[in-house]
Amino acid sequence: MALNRRHPAALFAVLVVGLGTTGAAYAAVSAQTAPKAAVNTETQVEQGKQLFLEGCSSCHGLAAQGASDGPSLIGVGSAAVDFQVSTGRMPLAAPGVQAMPKTPSYNEAETAALAAFVATLAPGPAIPTEEMLNSSDAEVALGGELFRTNCAQCHGATAVGGALSQGRVAPSLMGSDAKTIYEAMVSGPQSMPVFSNSTLSIEDKQGIIRYIEELQKNESPGGFSLGRLGPVTEGLFIFIAGLGALIVAAVWIGAKAK
Amino acid sequence: MSTTEESIQAPAQATPVTKGGAVAAYIDDRLASASFTKRLLDKVFPDHWSFMLGEIALYSFIILLLSGTYLTLWFNPSMTEIIYNGSYVPLKGVKMSEAYSSTLAISFDVRGGLLMRQIHHWAALFFVAAVSVHLLRVFFTGAFRKPREINWVIGTLLLVLALLEGFAGYSLPDDLLSGTGLRIAEGIIQAIPLVGTYVAMFLFGGEFPGTDFMPRLYSIHILLIPGILLGLITVHLIMVFYQKHTQFPGPGRTESNVVGFRLFPIYMAKAGGFFFVVFGITVLIAALVTINPVWMYGPYTPSQVTAGSQPDWYIGWLDGAVRLTPNWETNILGHTLSWNILIPALIVPGIMFTALGLYPWIEAWATGDKREHHLLDRPRNAPTRTALGVMSLVFYMILVISGGNDIIAVAFNLSINQITWGFRFLLFVAPPLAFVVTKRICLGLQRSDNNKLLHGYETGRILRLPSGEFLEIHEPIGEAERAKLLAKADVIPLELPSAVDGNGVRNPKAAKSIARAKLSQWFYSDVIPTPTDEELREAAHHAEHELHQAQSHLKEIESH
Repeated sequence: MALNRRHPAALFAVLVVGLGTTGAAYAAVSAQTAPKAAVNTETQVEQGKQLFLEGCSSCHGLAAQGASDGPSLIGVGSAAVDFQVSTGRMPLAAPGVQAMPKTPSYNEAETAALAAFVATLAPGPAIPTEEMLNSSDAEVALGGELFRTNCAQCHGATAVGGALSQGRVAPSLMGSDAKTIYEAMVSGPQSMPVFSNSTLSIEDKQGIIRYIEELQKNESPGGFSLGRLGPVTEGLFIFIAGLGALIVAAVWIGAKAK
Repeated sequence: MSTTEESIQAPAQATPVTKGGAVAAYIDDRLASASFTKRLLDKVFPDHWSFMLGEIALYSFIILLLSGTYLTLWFNPSMTEIIYNGSYVPLKGVKMSEAYSSTLAISFDVRGGLLMRQIHHWAALFFVAAVSVHLLRVFFTGAFRKPREINWVIGTLLLVLALLEGFAGYSLPDDLLSGTGLRIAEGIIQAIPLVGTYVAMFLFGGEFPGTDFMPRLYSIHILLIPGILLGLITVHLIMVFYQKHTQFPGPGRTESNVVGFRLFPIYMAKAGGFFFVVFGITVLIAALVTINPVWMYGPYTPSQVTAGSQPDWYIGWLDGAVRLTPNWETNILGHTLSWNILIPALIVPGIMFTALGLYPWIEAWATGDKREHHLLDRPRNAPTRTALGVMSLVFYMILVISGGNDIIAVAFNLSINQITWGFRFLLFVAPPLAFVVTKRICLGLQRSDNNKLLHGYETGRILRLPSGEFLEIHEPIGEAERAKLLAKADVIPLELPSAVDGNGVRNPKAAKSIARAKLSQWFYSDVIPTPTDEELREAAHHAEHELHQAQSHLKEIESH
């Protein structure tokens, strides 16, 4: 009888409350631990090493010296680690021609720890500081010229990405933040060349970031942009929508005669 | 002895009643245009939606002339380098040609300029699209046959000129895409054996890009090619008037009449209305959808190139052909023959356009058909032609799609190398397959037409007889449908001549006629003959009997 009096949704409600509380508690605890890890560098490196041994060493080797499945990470610097891990490219979901971005597997603190650990192996390009990423004073027109000279041949003049050989791609930059773009330039991930500070100065990089941010505003004074893919989508559009509409009109005019 | 021409008879002076009549009389007294105008206005045009595809081309050409004129007021084709100081901030302070900066000015600083640019560019895409689809209509209905072969050649020329004109327009803004396209054009010119480099230097006035070419291209784009286009379009239209428009087979339509509406008032109203429909849709698209956002591509400098560089759609097949061709080169005595450019950009298009222009004569020669044709073929009734057309279209489409192989690779997560190999393979396999499939479909449709003639159409009403037998009731087709189906003209393929004459002596001229007869048989041997009058009568009799039988069965069922 007591069983019968319970509402059918009661069990479900208990589950929701229970899981919700646990989740919230976990989130609160992990949020508290994150800043702590960032504060203490030595602990951070130690934590990074631990994470590395657990999650990365199977491919990159126990001493990050590289193996048949993954390159050496000695000297790649913290910028490379931050780029790869924070965009979800690493750890690799599956072996393929290129690591693709996905939901990151590590939180910010863990990513920072991994980066700090790899940075201790040998000197390499570091994660840019806030100041380095501040592009508010950068010249957008100069950035545009640098972008078209150095980036457009792969990412496209409109930054929507492009094809490389054998299934590799230069990804769209429309959703990339300043830090990611900067780190990509200094670390040269996947097929991308490295643009060190001697090739493109920090000011140049800031200009490029500024120009990409300008493109990201997605202003389209001419109307719908058709994905900014150029003449291919324009041609598709004129045949499907344009000529399609005119032929419908022609059929209508022809049919009215009867 | 001299002949004296009778003085022009003074027209009977009927006093015009209305004001309009007075104006007409005034004009007629001076130009004697009344009878001509009357003939013109009474001209009868047949009605079919597909006859309006050419009209779309004509109207977009008019839109191009009007919008283009507006653009010439502001565009400056100079290659003089200046520093941009217009209102588009991301390019402020960038060095560029006056051509590019004036294009930016049209886009951002001239009132209505961006709309006009977009109208002009969209109308250009419309123009070539309509020309192409119009060409397909003329081809698949056999409208190019005698006496219209010359007009077909004019049409082919118009298409080639439209492609050149479009490419010139695409190149003028001097943005990154324009320059990349011109660079490729220069490469194609250079690939011509022996004279290529000289011709390129001559055209560009020195090394690429130079400062001479843009003004030259501008004159060609706004004066030379539009002038020729306008002239050829006029001839094209006059010939349609003069030779009368073709019509689809139907009741009362013969090789010697035209069934339709007079130019005035019905056809003029329709055509005039359609002009505004075309204009309206072009402006609507131009107002809502971006085309060629030149400001995003930046000014052209030879050191830059962008991923996803594509020409407008109508040059896409050439780009695709170049993308598909392997990197073949031969070095002869220190001179490089670039087969990788020569074949896809010069030889293949040369063959394609020559075959296109000569097709009416190729078919007439193969079929030995010297009659005049004013009634159109339904595509199914010319299976070999239709199959050849679809085959060429598939070939062309594979080239067009290959022109966007990088966009496809990114959009569908594929490897560009695999796509390229796939299309190389398809380019040789798919067209013959399309030929066979199309021909089979056409022959199947012919059989179904014959069935309709002989047994009527299937009503979908199925009777089950008391004996258990199933019977579908067929009804005879209507008169209009019947006239349409019976209009199919059966062609008897040429017979194979003997290689030796009556005395057993080898006939030296036989080889040519054998080849011709073989071609004719290939064209026509499997055409399904239209039922003869005898067969039709018999079938009608049979159908009547069957219908009668079915009706009596029905009555029987109802009475139970």
